[in-house]
Amino acid sequence: MSAHATTYVPKSGIAKWFEARLPIIGLVHSSFIAFPIPRNLNYFWTFGAILIVMLASQIVTGVWLAMHYQPSASEAFNSVEHIMRDVNYGWLLRYMHANGASMFFIAVYVHMFRNLYYGSYKAPREVLYILGVIIYLLMMATAFLGYTLPWGQMSFWGATVITNILAAIPIVGDTIQSLLWGGYSVGNPTINRFFSLHYLLPFMIAGVVVLHVWALHVTGQNNPTGIPIKTGKDAVPFTPYATIKDVFAVVVFFVFFAYWIFLQPNYLGHADNYIPANPGVTPAHIVPEWYFLPFYAILRAVPDKLGGVILMFGAVIILAFAPWLDTSRVRSANYRPIYRQFFWVFIACCFLLGWLGAKPPEGGYVLAARVATFYYFAHFLLVMPLVGLFETPKPLPGSILESVTGPGKQVGASGMPAGAAAAPPTKG
Amino acid sequence: MTTPKRGIEGMMRTRALVAGLAAAILAATAAYADEGGPTPPREKWTFSGVFGTFDQAQLQRGFQVYREVCSSCHSLHYVRFRNLAEEGGPHFSASQVKALAAEYKVKDGPNDQGEMFERPGRPADKWPSPFPNDQAAAAANGGKAPPDLSLMAKARTFSRGGLWFVIDWLPFVGYTEQGPDYLHALLNGYKDSPPEGFQVPEGGHYNEYYPGHIIAMPKPLSDGQVTYPKGANGQPVVPETVDQYSRDVTAFLMWTAEPHLLARKELGLRAIIFLLVLAGLLYYVKKKIWSDVGGETHGLQPELHKTG
Repeated sequence: MSAHATTYVPKSGIAKWFEARLPIIGLVHSSFIAFPIPRNLNYFWTFGAILIVMLASQIVTGVWLAMHYQPSASEAFNSVEHIMRDVNYGWLLRYMHANGASMFFIAVYVHMFRNLYYGSYKAPREVLYILGVIIYLLMMATAFLGYTLPWGQMSFWGATVITNILAAIPIVGDTIQSLLWGGYSVGNPTINRFFSLHYLLPFMIAGVVVLHVWALHVTGQNNPTGIPIKTGKDAVPFTPYATIKDVFAVVVFFVFFAYWIFLQPNYLGHADNYIPANPGVTPAHIVPEWYFLPFYAILRAVPDKLGGVILMFGAVIILAFAPWLDTSRVRSANYRPIYRQFFWVFIACCFLLGWLGAKPPEGGYVLAARVATFYYFAHFLLVMPLVGLFETPKPLPGSILESVTGPGKQVGASGMPAGAAAAPPTKG
Repeated sequence: MTTPKRGIEGMMRTRALVAGLAAAILAATAAYADEGGPTPPREKWTFSGVFGTFDQAQLQRGFQVYREVCSSCHSLHYVRFRNLAEEGGPHFSASQVKALAAEYKVKDGPNDQGEMFERPGRPADKWPSPFPNDQAAAAANGGKAPPDLSLMAKARTFSRGGLWFVIDWLPFVGYTEQGPDYLHALLNGYKDSPPEGFQVPEGGHYNEYYPGHIIAMPKPLSDGQVTYPKGANGQPVVPETVDQYSRDVTAFLMWTAEPHLLARKELGLRAIIFLLVLAGLLYYVKKKIWSDVGGETHGLQPELHKTG
């Protein structure tokens, strides 16, 4: 798998025999034990581990739910209520899975914003980054398919709206739509297909995650300074340093996760989805899950249906071009005084789009959505190329070590204060 | 790292942000108020909040209201007799539930002769529906079938507008009982005479809180309609009023919608306390490990880092 050698030395006879035939223990050793990580990583770098745990959690709860769920238009809603009422701890499984999707997206958004702030997408991590964009796309597809499965009103009408959107794609749109529907409208064949695909995609995500981690271990991690590891003094080994920090962060994240599961399990969903799907009654407001709202706002901001579809997908696809749109030679926004301001405006723009996505498409909301959509794309197409050309970055520290200990100081074997490594300065 | 000048600038930026946010909330709230219709008043519920539980006596009264009033038109599809005996719910005794079920005739079959037959209900049976199917329900009720009530408390809500959603999920300060509040408001929202100029069509009824104000269901409850059990002094323990009936039946419907609510909160508090303690311990382990950072780490340093 990996071209570089491992530092793993098998000790027992069995380990030597096995390592000579399949060097997988050496691979794990060099990826998760000896792997050097920058010593100045902050807690935003724990979200990769959190995401892997969330993916595993979704797959485990999902497999269990599938043992009780029935993908049919007449029985889906009943089987979900059966899970909620009669399956032992079925309510826990379902609430973990439904809220787990939201937690997954919260974690992925933090991961993505961290990436954009510290310029992790820039060379040499372009492929690593694009694999991440692919994972995000797969996550969105999986989440959409999953939300249709309880076959409540919002499931049904969400599926109807989204499949109608796909029909706007020129030439192949109608074919895609009929393939997804399996008939002339959203119905029993649709829910069967969606269930099948919803079960398939997470394993595809897992596959791309392997590539993502592989690419990460080729290029190494970025860090808050954006400058590479130059000497062994800039780094610490993955184990125990990153492992304990990741485990701690995952447990803290699970406190948050548990709050939603046990105390607000329906807050992030829609009341309408507790009404069984009814093709004859359209809900007053058809709204997607919160994590799609910015894209929904972009879709509705465009008066033309096809134009809306292009911009909505374009808003995700454009992420993949960031490595080439950004002209700055400096990675981290900590050292980019002008870009840093624009970054926060961009974050505000994303939140604004999300809020607008939940509002009815009328009056001032549409106008605001158009301005925000324009700014969203302008951030990538104008701000990223131009600021990089005209901005004078702040001087970079000589090394990661220097950024932690201050310039000119020499550090002994264990002379670094713990707090400095645990919470390195990130806001400059 | 932070110069005093940047500190002041940062503070000013934060202030501008807070001011902007406040303006946005005001604007949004004003926009919502324009949409018309009163917002259901916020009620106190025993089951709300982190430590909220069901009041067993209230659930029993609520069940009585459902059975004596609502059940003549509304089904309770997902509730079985046996559920009424479960802990965390009305918690009737097993023998009470068995006797209750036996009062109902349930259609079963086909038997060995291939015929359907009627038998007395058993605790494992579903709560019998008032109509054999949706079409019959619609035909008997002016063209619209009365909805099933099992999930009603979770299937209805209203928007508070503005940016309340930012804090409404939080413990202690949040607000997530919009569903029950709406049900309670609806049952108390009937007006004998609609506002001037408002035409109520044939078969419709004016309700302040129903979206569009024209509801097919006639005013279901009136004072003194249901006779509650008497206390030691011969008086009912709670007033026999529409307000009290609607509170009790709403609490009961919250239970039918979320029958494991108590078990969920109980397990949740334990899980959260466990995770908090574990996080605390891990924090110190992490601190200990990171207190010893230094020296050279000889790993595999990719040459690619030379870019940038």
